[in-house]
Amino acid sequence: MMMTTQQIKWRCAVAAGVIATAVLSTRVPAAPQAPQQPSDIAVVISGDPGTPPRYAVPDFVALTPDAADAAKTLGQVLWDDLNFEREFYLIPRDTYGSIPAARTLESVPFAAWRELGADAVIFGTVQRSGNEMRVVVRLFNVRSRQSVFSKEYSGSANNPRLYAHTISDEIHQQQRGLRGVARTKLAWVSDRDRQRVDGTVENREVKEVYYGDYDGGNQRRLTISRQLNGNPNWAPDARALAYTSWKPNPDIFISYMYQGVLQNPTKGVGTNYLPVFSPDGKQFAFMSARDGNTEIYVANVDGSNPRRLTNHPAADTTPTWSPSGTQIAFTSDRTGKAQIYIMNAADGSNLRRLTTAESEADRPTWCSAFDEIAFSARTSGSGWDIKVYDFSTGQTRQITFGEGTNESPAYSPNGRHLAFTSTRSGRVQVYTIGRDGKDLRQITRDGSNQTPAWSN
Amino acid sequence: MCNQKAFVVIALAVVVVATGCGRNKKPVVAAPQPAPTLAPAETTPPAPPQRVEESVPVPQPRLSEDAIANRSLDDLNRNSPLKPIFFLLDSAELDETGRAVATADADVLKKYSTWAITIEGHCDERGTPEYNLALGERRASAVKTYLASLGVSGERMKTVSYGKEYPFDMGHTEEAWSKNRRGHLVITSK
Repeated sequence: MMMTTQQIKWRCAVAAGVIATAVLSTRVPAAPQAPQQPSDIAVVISGDPGTPPRYAVPDFVALTPDAADAAKTLGQVLWDDLNFEREFYLIPRDTYGSIPAARTLESVPFAAWRELGADAVIFGTVQRSGNEMRVVVRLFNVRSRQSVFSKEYSGSANNPRLYAHTISDEIHQQQRGLRGVARTKLAWVSDRDRQRVDGTVENREVKEVYYGDYDGGNQRRLTISRQLNGNPNWAPDARALAYTSWKPNPDIFISYMYQGVLQNPTKGVGTNYLPVFSPDGKQFAFMSARDGNTEIYVANVDGSNPRRLTNHPAADTTPTWSPSGTQIAFTSDRTGKAQIYIMNAADGSNLRRLTTAESEADRPTWCSAFDEIAFSARTSGSGWDIKVYDFSTGQTRQITFGEGTNESPAYSPNGRHLAFTSTRSGRVQVYTIGRDGKDLRQITRDGSNQTPAWSN
Repeated sequence: MCNQKAFVVIALAVVVVATGCGRNKKPVVAAPQPAPTLAPAETTPPAPPQRVEESVPVPQPRLSEDAIANRSLDDLNRNSPLKPIFFLLDSAELDETGRAVATADADVLKKYSTWAITIEGHCDERGTPEYNLALGERRASAVKTYLASLGVSGERMKTVSYGKEYPFDMGHTEEAWSKNRRGHLVITSK
């Protein structure tokens, strides 16, 4: 049989996808075993040989008139969520016009979806009752006309996007053994409020901590400090953000955002910056000049038991934890220019240099899903790009290529995406991109936005 | 909107009433004063004319130093007697020019011995936001160490790094960058 170039590409992509999925399922404890039983295999919808399954996600059906907006939102957001991981081919929604909308589960026009080339179609309904919402969803195998995924959800009608994000994560889990990121959040700092810091020096912009859905939806402000803030970092349970706040003494704060609790664990001890939670959430690493020079420290989240890990007259900064919590990578200019080093988290021993081919490197971010570290590398006089060091090969690959300056990478929890900042559209903004350097998306547009963090 | 209109109507009414009242009032006529009686003729000579003299203001003493001491913190920091110390690219060491500026700053600080300052370390935009926090902290610390070596008490000086936030010059040229790599001395109390 002759294969077109396109088909060959799909075969490679699917093969790579299968390998990636297999690797991922061994790394993420929550992922189930690959399907083994014949009855289980039928659950997974496949595409034509050598191609990814083709999914259609029409608008959900509103069972009550006041659910019409939510029904439209659910279809669009679910389409986007399922498209984001690039495990499926999502048939564009503007091609569904000729297909009659189903009103009930029994009336899904499978023949018409088959003619459009769909292997899978999602049918869902939304019903509102006051401020409550009920969503019913089915994932159908178009060939067998069988439902392979059937769920009902109910809760507040305030945020229909969350229902779509939940469905997407569960379908990725069931169909691909993949931990999706649709319910994860990004945090960053922004000057979009255009306020000025109260103080004796004029014209200093307030930057507050903001957060929102991974795709930029539901953006909201966390801090109301009217100060400069920076470097937010999520607690592993995604229920707290640590950040640096200049009041005007730079210090570390932890906001337990769903409890309304704000703590200042480094209070009264010098200047403190760049907090990062340990993977178990019990400690944080940070940079401090409390002993007269910038060094890396670790303390318990309540601020107790602070200990110093580096002791060098050069600048040591920007810590990040290994997924096991046993090592810390950081930036140091001890050889003249900023480079990335790794040491044991317990006592700073076993120090070794990671980057050797870069003129300058900073903001290491250790990936929790793949054995790699992303960082910013200087690629021109005033320009930086995102690069990734792969421990298994010892090779470094480049993610961005000089479109503006690209800094501050942060991994998604499944390791398949990076958030970073770029000046490619003018002012500095937050973007996401695949770990292969494809699928760039702009997350922020209002004001300038910096130092992103990606939640679990 | 409605309230504003109501207010205007009431205000106009008040004006009309007030001016109306004025017009109806009869002019006030002063009561006739009794005619002055003539003083009896004196035999003694009249006293010499009283001297009328205006007091002449004396020029104020010159306030060379006090002009600084009397200024508010906001005003002082807007046009500061403490000059910023500039740094070379990626450097946290004071060069010859930087040491001369710091020496002049130390003289000011020794003269106004009650002032407390924050030394802010700043960087140009070419570094990353994270590394620049460390570099800015090292610049602030270097200025503090040098001022202390000239006799300024360490207890009067705090250090802060702003990384690449708050540049002096928003430009993207070497000239702008050279102004932004600095130790900026802010007076926090007098």
